This record gives sequence, C-alpha cells and structure tokens, in this order.
Amino acid sequence: MIHSLFLINSAGDIFLEKHWKSVVSRSVCDYFFEAQEKAVDVENVPPVIPTPHHYLISIYQDKVFFVAVIQTEVPPLFVIEFLHRVVAMFRDYFGECSEAAIKENVVTVYELLEEMLDNGFPLATESNILKELIRPPTILRSVVNSITGSTVFAEIQGVIDASIKLSGMPDLTLSFMNPRLLDDVSFHPCVRFKRWESERVLSFIPPDGNFRLMDYHVGSQNLVAIPVYVNHNINFKESGSSGRFDVTVGLKQTMGKSVEGVIMTVHMPKVVLNMNLTPTQGTYTYDPVTKILTWDIGKINPQKIPNLKGVICLQSGAPKPEENPNLNIQFRIQQLAISGIKVNRLDMFGEKYKPFKGVKYVTKAGKFQVRT
Amino acid sequence: MSAGSAYNDEKGGSSNTGEPEYGHDPASGGIFSSDYKRHDDLKEMLDSNKDSLKLEAMKRIVAMIARGKNASDLFPAVVKNVACKNIEVKKLVYVYLVRYAEEQQDLALLSISTFQRGLKDPNQLIRASALRVLSSIRVTIIVPIMMLAIKEAASDMSPYVRKTAAHAIPKLYSLDPDQKDQLIEVIEKLLADKTTLVAGSVVMAFEEVCPERIDLIHKNYRKLCNLLIDVEEWGQVVIINMLTRYARTQFLNPNHNESLLEESAEKAFYGSDEEETEEKDEKEEVAALAKRKPYVMDPDHRLLLRNTKPLLQSRNAAVVMAVAQLYFHLAPKAEVGVIAKAQVRLMRSHSEVQYVVLQNVATMSIKRRGMFEPYLKSFYIRSTDPTLIKVLKLEVLTNLANETNISTILREFQTYIKSMDKDFVAASIQAIGRCATNIGEVRDTCLNGLVQLLSNRDELVVAESVVVIKKLLQMQPAQHSDIIKHMAKLTDNIQVPMARASILWLIGEYCEHVPKIAPDVLRKMAKSFTNEEDIVKLQIINLAAKLYLTNSKQTKLLTQYVLNLAKYDQNYDIRDRARFIRQLIVPTEKSGVLSKYAKKLFLALKPAPVFESPFKDRDHFQLGSLSHLLNAKATGYQELPAWPGMAPDPSVRNVEVKEAVPEWTRCSSREKRKEKVEKPFYSDSEGESGPTESADSESELPSEMESGGGSESEEGGSGSGSEESDEGSESGKEKKKKPEKIKVRKTLPESAESEQSGEEEKSVRKRKERKASSESSSEEEEESSSESSSSESESEEESESEPETKKKKKISLSKPAPKLPKKEISLLDLDDFIPTPSPQVTPINNIVSNSLATDLQGLSLTDSALSPTMISPSFSSVKTYELLHRITGEGLAVEYCFSRQPYSLDPHMVAVQIQFSNNTDTEAKSLRIQEPKLMSGMRMQEFPEIEVLAPGETVTVVMGIDFCDSTQAANFQLCTQTRKFYVSIQPPVGELMMPVFMSENEFKKEQEQLIKLSMGHLMGMNEINEKLTMGEKCQSDHAIVQRVTSAANLSRVPCGSDREYRFAAKTVASGSLVLVTVVTKEGMAAQLTVNCEKMVIGTMLVKDILQALSQ
Repeated sequence: MIHSLFLINSAGDIFLEKHWKSVVSRSVCDYFFEAQEKAVDVENVPPVIPTPHHYLISIYQDKVFFVAVIQTEVPPLFVIEFLHRVVAMFRDYFGECSEAAIKENVVTVYELLEEMLDNGFPLATESNILKELIRPPTILRSVVNSITGSTVFAEIQGVIDASIKLSGMPDLTLSFMNPRLLDDVSFHPCVRFKRWESERVLSFIPPDGNFRLMDYHVGSQNLVAIPVYVNHNINFKESGSSGRFDVTVGLKQTMGKSVEGVIMTVHMPKVVLNMNLTPTQGTYTYDPVTKILTWDIGKINPQKIPNLKGVICLQSGAPKPEENPNLNIQFRIQQLAISGIKVNRLDMFGEKYKPFKGVKYVTKAGKFQVRT
Repeated sequence: MSAGSAYNDEKGGSSNTGEPEYGHDPASGGIFSSDYKRHDDLKEMLDSNKDSLKLEAMKRIVAMIARGKNASDLFPAVVKNVACKNIEVKKLVYVYLVRYAEEQQDLALLSISTFQRGLKDPNQLIRASALRVLSSIRVTIIVPIMMLAIKEAASDMSPYVRKTAAHAIPKLYSLDPDQKDQLIEVIEKLLADKTTLVAGSVVMAFEEVCPERIDLIHKNYRKLCNLLIDVEEWGQVVIINMLTRYARTQFLNPNHNESLLEESAEKAFYGSDEEETEEKDEKEEVAALAKRKPYVMDPDHRLLLRNTKPLLQSRNAAVVMAVAQLYFHLAPKAEVGVIAKAQVRLMRSHSEVQYVVLQNVATMSIKRRGMFEPYLKSFYIRSTDPTLIKVLKLEVLTNLANETNISTILREFQTYIKSMDKDFVAASIQAIGRCATNIGEVRDTCLNGLVQLLSNRDELVVAESVVVIKKLLQMQPAQHSDIIKHMAKLTDNIQVPMARASILWLIGEYCEHVPKIAPDVLRKMAKSFTNEEDIVKLQIINLAAKLYLTNSKQTKLLTQYVLNLAKYDQNYDIRDRARFIRQLIVPTEKSGVLSKYAKKLFLALKPAPVFESPFKDRDHFQLGSLSHLLNAKATGYQELPAWPGMAPDPSVRNVEVKEAVPEWTRCSSREKRKEKVEKPFYSDSEGESGPTESADSESELPSEMESGGGSESEEGGSGSGSEESDEGSESGKEKKKKPEKIKVRKTLPESAESEQSGEEEKSVRKRKERKASSESSSEEEEESSSESSSSESESEEESESEPETKKKKKISLSKPAPKLPKKEISLLDLDDFIPTPSPQVTPINNIVSNSLATDLQGLSLTDSALSPTMISPSFSSVKTYELLHRITGEGLAVEYCFSRQPYSLDPHMVAVQIQFSNNTDTEAKSLRIQEPKLMSGMRMQEFPEIEVLAPGETVTVVMGIDFCDSTQAANFQLCTQTRKFYVSIQPPVGELMMPVFMSENEFKKEQEQLIKLSMGHLMGMNEINEKLTMGEKCQSDHAIVQRVTSAANLSRVPCGSDREYRFAAKTVASGSLVLVTVVTKEGMAAQLTVNCEKMVIGTMLVKDILQALSQ
C-alpha cells in the first residue's frame, strides 16, 4: 500500500515527507520532477509515474503536489482517492490546503497522517473520528443545533453538502419534491441505500460537521435551459494585424433571480498581442503572456445587457488564427437550483429537541463553454 | 532558507526564557550553524519535569522529521519519555520512535517493555495503540515478542484491537518472512471474525502475506459477501479485488456458452422433449451435454454480484472502480451494463480520477462497446481538459465509433482538429484514421476529409494526415491514384520528415499507378538528397530502387546518382542500404541470382497495417489495477486466473458449525449444546407417549417425501425462490437431470441456509407427527406439550430403530446443503398442519412451537439461532391484533398475532400467525395475499392460498415477514375470490427479536463490548437509560419478568443479584444483540437500561418496556 508521502510545492521544494514503512529517500522525487518538466503544464503531469523500484502516484491541489510512493501493486484509484481525502481533511482542519497552512500546522498534519494510515493502509478517514483523536487547531465547538444544506449545481451535475451540528444521535430523513430528476447518485456511507432505492428519500444518521451528503447527476433529457446566452462576433482580418471583438452576455429566464459573479475568460490565440476593449460593465484584463482575457462582469442587470467590444492587435506578419477562441463563462445564481431539484422536507427522529433547519440553493456554471 | 536559520538562531538564543517563545512556530526547527547548541536545548526540555516543555520540544522534533531533517541524535533523550503520562507527548514520542527505531535498534529496545505493559491495559484504545507502535518498530530482535502480541490481540475481546492485529500481520511479515506459516494461522483465525471492522484489514493482510492460499477463503466467502456493504470503504476495495480473483478460480465463465448457446438454441428450446429421447441416445447426450447444457450460475457467484452492486453508488471512486472491474470480469454479458453509468459519473471527478477511469473505460469499451454507447457525449472533449485526458477520451470515442454514430463522431473530430493543442490535433487525425479502417462505409469520407487537411496551414496537421493517409491508401491503392498524385505535389512544400518519407514510400510502392509523376518526384528528390533527414533519405533510396525495377529506362541514371550520393553519406545505415540495394538491383556478373528476384523482393504485396488500439487485450490485467494502467506487471501483482473448465466443488463454501461458533457462546459443539439445552426440559416427560404409533407415521413419511419431492420441487422453486428466478428458467429443466446439483445450488443464496435446511427437515418431521397425533388426541395443554417432547424422543429413538432414516438424518446433519426439496415439502406440510389448531388453542400452540423451536435451534447448525432456553413463554399471553374487522370484511374476520416461534423458511423473518374466520353463510374462496407494498429491504413470505373456507370455519396460517428490524408496517392486499382488502401489519418492536440464551458473564461482556464499540463513533449511542416508577402490580419478581417478556420477545439471563433483572435477545433480521437490564431500587423506583447497536430499536424498546412496567 502507500509507502511514503511527499508534499512538493510548485517551486519544486519538498516541504513535508512522511513514511509509513521504512524510509524511502527523497531522491525518488527526481523522477517526478523529470516528468513534471516534460509535461510543461502542471495539469499534464501523469498521475502515475513508474520508476525502477517504486511507483509514484500524485495529485495536484492548491498548488501543492501530493506524491505517494508505492512499492507494490495497488489500485491507483485507491491511492488517488485517499490523497484527495487527505486534502479534504486538511481543508476541514485548517480551512485550506495551501503550503502555508500545512507548514503552519505541521505537527497536526503529521499526527493526522499518522492516524489516517497504518502501515500504508487507511485506518481512520472520517472527519468526526479523527477530530476525536486529534483536535483541530482552533476549537470551535458549537452547541447550537443547526443544519444547513447548501445545494451547489454545476451544469447538470450537483452536490448536496451538509453542515450538521446536532447533539445525540439524530436520525434524519431528507426528501425531495421531485426526486425523479436525479439520474445518477452517489452517497456518503451514512446514507441508507435501500431506503433511497425504494422511497427516494435520504435517510441517514449524520456524522458531525461538514460533509458531502450526496453527488448527483441530472439526466440530459431533463436539461434545463442555461440561464444566460452569449452573442459573439470575433473576427480577424485577413490582411493587416488587427481583428474585431464584440461579445454580449444576456439573460434568459431566471425566474426572477439575479445572476451574479459572472466572469468570462477567453484563451486567445498566440498571435494576439494585445486587446483594446471597452466594457459597458465590469472590468477586463488581458494578460499578453498567458494570452488570457478575463472579463469580470459581476451582477447582470436585465435592463442593461453587458457588452465588451473593441480591437484585437495581432502580431504583424503572422498568419491570422484559423480558429476563433472558445468563451468560458462562470456565473452563480443564489436561491435557485437550475436543475429544478427542491428539498421537500427534513425530519429528525431519535432526538427530542427541535433542530434549526435551513437550505441554501446555489447554481454555479462549472464548465460553460461557448464554441465560436 | 538563510532567513529562516537566522530566525532560528535568534530563537535558540532566547530559548531558555520559556515556552511561549516556541509557541507560535514549532515548524522552525532548522538546523544549521547552531545545530549542536539547538539540540542541547531540546534535550534539556525533554529532560525537564514540565509536560508543556516536553510537548514543545517534541513538536519541534516532529517538525524536523516532517521536513526530512535528521533528528536521530536525540533518540536517547526522546526514548526516555516513552512512558510519559501526557497523552499528547506520548503520541509524538511514538511518531519519533517509529521513524528512528530502525536506525537505533539497541536503544529502541528500551521502549519495548512499555508497550508490553500497554498490551495488557484494560482500555482497548491503549492496547491497540501499543500493538500498533510495537509492530511498527522495525527491529528484528523483537520478532518473537511481536508474534506473541499479534496472536494474543487476534483473540482480543475488542474488535478494534483485532483490527490492529490484522494490520500488524503484514508489518511482521515484511520484517521476517520466515514467520509466514504462523502468520497464516492468525490470518485464518481472523478471517473467521464476524465484525465488519476486522474484515477489510484481515483481507488486506491475506493479500500481502498469502494471496495464493485461496482455500482459506472458502469458508468465509459468503460471510464476506454479506458483510461487504458495511465494511469501511478501503476494506471494501481490497475485499472486492480479492473476491474477483477468488470467483475466477471457483465459478464457471458466465459468458462461455454464449456462442454455443446460439448454435443450439433450437434444441434448448425444446428441451422438455429431450427426456423422451434420452434413453435412446444417452451416450450422445453425455457427449453433447457440455455443449448443450445451459449455463446456470452458481448461487455464490450470484451472491457476489448482487451484494456488490449497491456499492456502485459509493462516494469512493476506488470502491466504484473495484465493483466495475468485478462486473467486467465476472458478470454475464447482459448485466455488465450497469457499471457504465457509475464510471461516467466518476469522470466528473478530479482529473486524476478521470485519468485512471478513462484508462479503464478505454479497455472495457473495446470488449463491450455497447455498454458505453449511450454515454457517447460524456466523452466529448472540452478545450480545458488536460492533454492526457483529451487523448484518452479520443481513444474511447474511437473505440465507440460504429456505423450508426460515426457521422456524429466525425463531426466532433472535425472540431478537435481546429484545437490549438497540436499534440491533441495529431491524436485526433490518427483517431480519424482508425475510424476509417474499422468502419468500411466511411473510409472514403474520412479519406476525403484527410485529403482536405493536406491543404491545412499547419504543417503538423498536414504531416500527420499524410502519415494516416498513407496507411489508409495501402488498403485499396488502385482507386486512389489521384490522391497519390495530390500528395506527390506536396513534396514541394511539406517539410516534416515523417510526412515526406511517407509520401515517397507511397509513390514508390504505387509507382505503377502514377507512372508519369514518379520519376519526376525522384528527380526532385535526387536534387535535394543531401539536405534531407535520414528517414527521408532512406525512402529516396527505396523509391529509386523501385523505379529502377519498373521503369529503368527513365530512372537508371537517377538511381545511380542517388546511390552514389548515399554511398558517401555520413550515416552508416544509409551507406549500408545503398550498398545492399546496388548489389540487389544492378545486375553484375556475381550477383545475378538475387537480382532476378529483386522485383519480387521490392514490390511484394504488403499487408495493410492494422490500426490497433493501444488498449487492445489489456484486459488480461485485472482492471483498475496499477499493472493495467501501466500495461506492465507491477511488483506483487496477482494474475487474474483464467476461468476453470469445470467448476470446482461448490460445497467447500458450506459453513459448518465449528467455524460458526458465535463469539458470545462457549458451547463449542452442537451436541453439547443440544444436550445442555434439552435435557432439563424434556427428560421428565420422555417416553410418555407411545413410540410405536409415531414410529409408524415416521416410516410412512420418507416415502411420502420422496414422491412429493420430485414434483413439488419445481413448483416451489418458482413460487418461493423469487431470488433464483432471475437465474433463468432453464434451471427447472436442469433440475430434473441433475437433481443433486440443483439442490446444492438452490439452498445456497442465503447465508444461513445450511442450518435452515437442517432445521427444516426436523420441523417437517415434527409437524407430520404432530398432525398425526393431534388428530387422535385431545387438545389439552399438557397433552400437547407431551407431544412435543414425545416427538423429540421419537426422533432419537427412531434413529436407532430405523437405519434408513438414520442415514438420512446423518446426511442432513453433515451435509446440510443438498436438502432443498425438503424445504418445499415443509411448505406443503405447513398447510396440512395449520388448520388443526382451533382458535382457543393458540396459547397452547405457542408453547408447543416454542419448545419445538428450542429443540430445533439446539439442533441447528448455525450461530444465528441460539436456543432460548431461559424463555418462559407460558407466562406471556399472546396478544392478538385485528387485521380485518368482521364488518369491513363483509363477514370475513382476520386476526393476527406474533407467535414468537422462529419462522422456519427464513430465519430472518418474523412469523405472523393469521387467523381467518368465516362468519358468513357462504364459502369464502381463494384467500390469498396480493401486491405487498413493502419498504425497501423488507421481504414477505406469503402463506399458501386457502382455497375454501366453509361458513363458520376458522383457519390459521403462518406467514413470514422480514421487517428489516424496523417497525414499518407491511402493507398488502388480502384477496378473496370477490373482494380485495387493504390491510397492514405493524409489529411492536418487541416482536422483532428472538430470545438468546447467555450466562451472566457473557451478558456483561457483550454489554461492555457494545458500549465500547460506540466509542469510535459517538459516545453512548448503544446505551439508553431511563428511570421509572413501577406500577402497583409489579411487585414480585414474577410479575416483572412476565411484563418484560410479554412486552418483548426476550429471554431472561440468570443474575446473581435479586434486584437486577437481565434479558437478552437479538433482532430477527440482522441478529444485533438487544440487552435489557432492570434494576429495582428503593420503593417503586427502578432503572431500565437497554443496550443495542440499533439505536431506533433500543429507543422504542425502552418506551414499550417502560409502559409495561409502569402500568
């Protein structure tokens, strides 16, 4: 199973190492650096790298590489899933998983890693159990009885996150107005699968704290209309070193909810030297090195449709790009779940007190891409 | 770093002033110039008396270790603190010790005694942690100590400690492989453990130490399958992977008969006729049997598939993948499809997960294309995907392409070609090429598309297209001379060597199709020869040689020119090639022989290249494994065995009693228990009734059984065995041919079937007898109780007097599996038996059946059925509930009660006795159950239809309901011939359990364990306390016991104190223990404690008992 773990920052420094069996020299990471160099882009580093005596399985999160050293056959997903669980645990404990946070809490990190694996095999990976063994750096033990579930949606894929602060052994049942919409689901182990199968309700005894109750996917046949539309007109002149850029982002029906946090990013072709644009709303930046145009629109006002237009400066002499760039748009809609999923009710059994309940719906565009 | 060290220096200087200074940065344990001095500080702090200083020092040391700095010289100072009382310090000392013990073996030994002491600690957490650290210290001298500790911990009371023991096994094995044999013994022992906590860890140990000992799994196979869903996720992965391998060695390939079946489909269809002809061509039959025999899945195989399926919904990607690979490798083709959706879901996860999943999907999609076709669009590529992912998605899309979807896919590919990621574009073009070779219909379209790409501005695109076109053209060159011509023109512009080489090869190969252009190309190439890349030069030589052979008139001089240039090339490969070709093609006096064949050599028909997926045949590696991903065998990889030709004996998985001794009973053998249980109850009444009479009925019985058995087994199979029905209707056919085998199969699906059938056989006999005798005898209470005892004595006597039955009985005990037909008979007999008791007999009947149950359970082969010896059923009056009122039922009144006898057909069901009385003056016909509406997991075994109920008559039947340990009502329709009534049965919580016998000590032990178990999760979840005031009538012992036992189906546990009353039971469906304690106090006050893993049951039980006692 997992032999050792190295944490490496983007500068290539190994800032933490932990061994669960005999010590593996950190020189094994050289193979990783080699692969990293070859990949150019961080996201293209292969997650599994074979070396003569070991195998390196890595994930990249918050600008930190988690590199696990493996010596014998093990399902790669097992290791990857575990590393992600480590990351989640760090976030749970320290709020973030950055290099700074890890360095600051290095002893807690070490203790956590010690508890999470025994001889390379996962031992305790549940947040509530670990928190009984190792106290988080800031002790915020609220006695308030409250549950809030925030529903976050991306395209047609969503999650239900729960934040449970209930004492005792509450047995909760969460039901939906329209569970038929849910096409494919996966659950936290606390959810009783059989009741879901037969009644389409989520019945569970929750662990304490924040956790992801459920992931789901809404079938494409139920695909709800995307709440924004984009009119675009981008062209590069055949001769000469300029082009035109004109993009409008508008609203379709959003059921009265406002669309906020709208950000458009465009990867421009290499030959684009600079862009000279005027937005009717928000601010834009163009990074001539990475060739990324970012337009931070903010909240869209239905009366005033935001527009960004202007001139593209191309490298002179270079041939015009044969393809228009794709537009990536992010947005968020509070108080609305675009999939139409609605929580019907949440009941508690097994405890006598009255819990505080709350639901928050959020719609978020994950990878909304407009091909031009 | 230099700044950091300066900071540390400063710190070091002021370190004596006190701990707050260190407080905010324990990570700053840098060691540079002030190295020596700093460590002195740490030593000083470790030697101090203050725990806070020690803790601070340890924190700094651990921070050093974390950064990979050497802190080994502190070993003596640290190891002294191993016995430190402060738990925080202790934990960090352990961390240090585990890291450096290997380097400082002698000093490490100093700490061993502390851990040895810890192993004996009453607290399970301390025992576990001591074992964990002790086994992590890699010092060979302590191997014997470790071995001893592991062995002891393996039989520890606490499952957590046992889990730790399982973890320690691979540690010891890696330290000293010579211990293997002893460790296997421990593994064998732990494999028999029934707690979910241990299962995953011990299988992991099994995989690391002795994966080849597949025989150790047999007895535990069904248990593992049944526990699987409750094991923690990491354990699930390991168990599923191991079981995949196991299944490959034990079961038959479900897809093996696929092709054969089709071939003999017609014959199989008329299978029923076969019997008539059987005699004629028996020999032929035997020979053809292997081929013709429809595949019937081993129920154990089915069990595995069924129990893993829900895990596809796990949040853990590794679990989902493990199930997916299990289905891919083990499931019949028709069922594999379920895994596609789950895999597509995983693709929305982190990119690392996506990468691994796509690799596996790529392999699967070659073999089972249909499964992923509906999800085609999920594999479309986004421009933001990393290249690694893009290429894999492309691979999958290519694999999925077929005649129907190719146009969509090609359109999608066209967009990809415009991408800015050039590596990806090249891969896309190759993908188009592969689609074109695989699907003949679109070859021309693809070719045209690719030719268009030849005029693309990007050279890489053009080059890649050329390479792909070259391969495509090789398939049908004759039709495409214009493309070749077009490509010939490209040589002027295109610079990518690979593409140039490809064009030249094409022209050379098909120079006869372009006779005019070819020499011209050679002329141009000869001109630029010296500036070309090596691969291009080689192709120029090839082209020259081929032209020389076909068109020597025009090209002789050119060829010689090229060869001369090549002769003096810097690259020796080129020089060699030139020399070789010159000898071959240019006829000289010496080389005449070869040059005759030169044309054949050069212009031989070359087979077209095959575009193969790099993932083809990768499925010989177990999917989801590291080896599969790397396409190379990783260290420690266990090969996936090929399916066996003949299924090994399935009976090896039958669990016998010795393996199944429950943790809470001491009785090691069945006989012993039986004796213990029955003697005090029955010995006095033994021999009271006439043995001769019953012996007669007994002797008749076997023949009845036999005659009934053959015909009934099939009906019963389709009626009761709804689980098996999905295994195909063919099973019925085979049953006749191979009754023996089927019997084995049919009994297997339940985990506890083995004891069941044994039990049943007994009960069948009993009922028969009862029926026979009760007809003649009166219905008095004593009479019937003596009957039950007589039947008991008979069974013993008869075994002596009747050799045949004895034999039978023996079989039933030693080989419990092949007994199914009897199960069906018991169903039948039930009908005969049921009408006999009249309504007022019910309580009597209860006694009978309870003692019967005692009897049966004593005999049973299982752990789950524990004899309720202490039960006092005669005290409890059975409460009847109304199911259907006389008026609403239009004259038909239905009542039910919980008879508290084990339901013989399924030990997980609660027996419900239903009594119909017909108050009308017409016959009620065909009373039956319809459309049960059950909560998930609940099951119902309906009573057999009552055909006629005469006016004024009353009939009692028994049905079984598995309430899944919940008090949810079972709703169903009660039908007569004319009417339907919606009714529901809701069990009081007390009826969801059955009594368990245990001693006081066992009770205490179990109680302690239940409380401890909950520690890892939430405190106190397994215990509920409640104070109460006793009702006026609850003064005597007798009254209290009676009230409790009537409120719930509990058995009394003997107790030393007369103020305490203890009761035990376990739930019917899951077998969770329920422990009840009532402590009476001064006056009328009392304290009630209920311990139960099932929280809800515990809470409800408390309420019920409270009510019962306080009335």
